[in-house]
Amino acid sequence: MTAFDPVLRKREAAEVNAANPGPAEARTVSHLHPAGSFDVDSHLLPSGREEVWRFTPLDRVEALLKDPPAGVIEITGDGLGPLPTLAIGQTPRGTVLTPTDRAAALASAHTAAAAHVLIPAGQRLEEPLRLSLRAADPEAVVTGHLVIEAGPGSQAVIVLHHTGAARYLGNVEVSVGDEARVTVVSLQDWDHTAVHLGQHEARVGRRGEYRHIAVSLGGDLIRLQNNVSYAGSGGAAQLFGVYFADAGQHIEHRLFVDHNHPKGTSLVDYRGALQGQHARSVWVGDVLIRPEAKGIDTYESNKNLVLSEGCRADAVPNLEIETGEIQGAGHSASTGRFDEEQLFYLRSRGLDEAAARRLVVRGFFAQLVARIGVSDVEEALMAKIDRELDQAERSRPLKGA
Amino acid sequence: MTTTDSGLVITDLHVSVETEAGPKPILKGVDLAIRPGQIHAIMGPNGSGKSTLAYSLAGHPKYTITGGSVALDGLELAGLSPDARAKAGLFLAMQYPVEVPGVSVANFLRTAKTALGGAAPSLRSWVKEVDAALGRLQLDSEFSSRSVNEGFSGGEKKRHEIVQLELLNPKYAILDETDSGLDIDALRIVAEGVNRYAAQGDRGVLLITHYTRILRYIEPDFVHVFVDGRIAEEGGRELADQLEENGYEKYVKAAAAS
Ligand SMILES: Nc1ncnc2c1ncn2[C@@H]1O[C@H](COP(=O)(O)OP(=O)(O)OP(=O)(O)O)[C@@H](O)[C@H]1O
Ligand SMILES: [Mg+2]
Repeated sequence: MTAFDPVLRKREAAEVNAANPGPAEARTVSHLHPAGSFDVDSHLLPSGREEVWRFTPLDRVEALLKDPPAGVIEITGDGLGPLPTLAIGQTPRGTVLTPTDRAAALASAHTAAAAHVLIPAGQRLEEPLRLSLRAADPEAVVTGHLVIEAGPGSQAVIVLHHTGAARYLGNVEVSVGDEARVTVVSLQDWDHTAVHLGQHEARVGRRGEYRHIAVSLGGDLIRLQNNVSYAGSGGAAQLFGVYFADAGQHIEHRLFVDHNHPKGTSLVDYRGALQGQHARSVWVGDVLIRPEAKGIDTYESNKNLVLSEGCRADAVPNLEIETGEIQGAGHSASTGRFDEEQLFYLRSRGLDEAAARRLVVRGFFAQLVARIGVSDVEEALMAKIDRELDQAERSRPLKGA
Repeated sequence: MTTTDSGLVITDLHVSVETEAGPKPILKGVDLAIRPGQIHAIMGPNGSGKSTLAYSLAGHPKYTITGGSVALDGLELAGLSPDARAKAGLFLAMQYPVEVPGVSVANFLRTAKTALGGAAPSLRSWVKEVDAALGRLQLDSEFSSRSVNEGFSGGEKKRHEIVQLELLNPKYAILDETDSGLDIDALRIVAEGVNRYAAQGDRGVLLITHYTRILRYIEPDFVHVFVDGRIAEEGGRELADQLEENGYEKYVKAAAAS
């Protein structure tokens, strides 16, 4: 176990690249997922009729998509110097992530220097690597691109903490080497005016393990496209999400798992709570099982707890199966209010209505958070959720139903 | 100290349950007074309204009191929220304890104790108390880190209800078929828990059961036969033995005739 050292990156770069087949790899385009392109102009400004934009309030994102962005976001790490960078076209940048919408294409094209986090082969980071993302100017549209490259057999937990006000187009590209174990926590802890669009994409090597945890709490509008594919057989992906949409907030998570190798697994579990007028969440979970993906196992789930009137949660799971030889494939989506029996049980033990509701919501999230497996990340997340519940209670007691 | 007010006093209680087809009357005039220090057993056929009585006393939102009254040491419970009734000193061990995913037993117990006691118990002594209570019900202390009732066996759920009874120590406890689904050893363990609670001398117990088995361990002061939404007969423990012999038939027939 070693601490992260950004200067180590050059030494191991060649080895990591061997695990990356590169952008030239032929990919069948599924109807679930548009073909990617680095060319900004090939992604037209959305009109709202496009399948991938139909849930997004375009008036709130238009300004980010129209004109060229004005700058880049600041990415800093505790106790780290400036992170090494990758220019446009400099591998491994661009080998995993090809932009699938205009927001991601802009982020790619306008971030001249992508931050590069390299975990050399076999290296295990003992501590989570925490990166803070902040915009210097909350009004300007800024971009960012982060490349996480985990060499074969390496282990790391990387926490991306987005704070402050920003209008941000941000991409995260993750290469998980063979038998590497990588956890990426993306914490959207923005001020309430922030708008965040972005694409996160990972490719998981042979028997690699990838976890992505999206936590979307603050911001006016968050729309993340989160994609995973595999670079070898037996890769495992767990995509977890926790979100809390307050009045007026739009939180959209779009997932695409591309089972393009045999014996892989994917588990998608997103949970959200919604409270307040026009609180809105969207979850789109696409899973494609290609003919070559024999013996894979996948399950995706989205659960929403609606805490008051005036909220809306959309959940759209899609499963496209092109081979019959799989272990399992399933999905579920539910949107519901409080369970009367749970509330009664807790209230019969003396908890008042607000306390009972709060405990139920907390438990709903805690169940998922407990599966992250990194205890200080779990604790920090539950503390965030507690704060979110405090706020929700102050703004309007957890009433409804 | 037994004033006329002391006790859980149920007078001519009428209760309806919310159904899709509208309210349906279930309790049709229940009279019962549980004084401090007394143990009352209620026995009756399936569907006679025993759980309805238990739920409506505890304030379940599906049940509406349409007539009569329930007073706890003089405080009218009708119209009070379930938590207000719990704070007044009422406890219901449920026939089907509810799962609360993601909420640990430890957190649940501590939150309940804090809500009822008005202040959080000191952490160190509380953990000891919880461990001791779990131990008395022969539940492992790792039990406290599990989600409330989730994945508990039937017997574990019932023992967990008695752990709560001991820790929260209410004035009056309603136990709805806490003995159902217990193996012979668990039955004894649960009965000992109830007896410890009752041994304080000033607590009242309403024990709903289908089996005289538990009355071998818990000595009731009164046994009531519950049929068609009301009490059809009252007696001592010999009444339970008669029921064991003859069943409910004569009471059911009498109720149907009336
Ligand atoms: N939600 C409901 N809708 C319709 N009928 C109901 C509802 N809840 C209860 N009942 C009816 O009320 C009656 C009494 O039910 P209750 O559960 O109180 O009986 P019980 O005496 O506890 O029976 P058991 O011994 O089986 O536990 C039953 O006929 C039951 O079907
Ligand atoms: Mg019952």
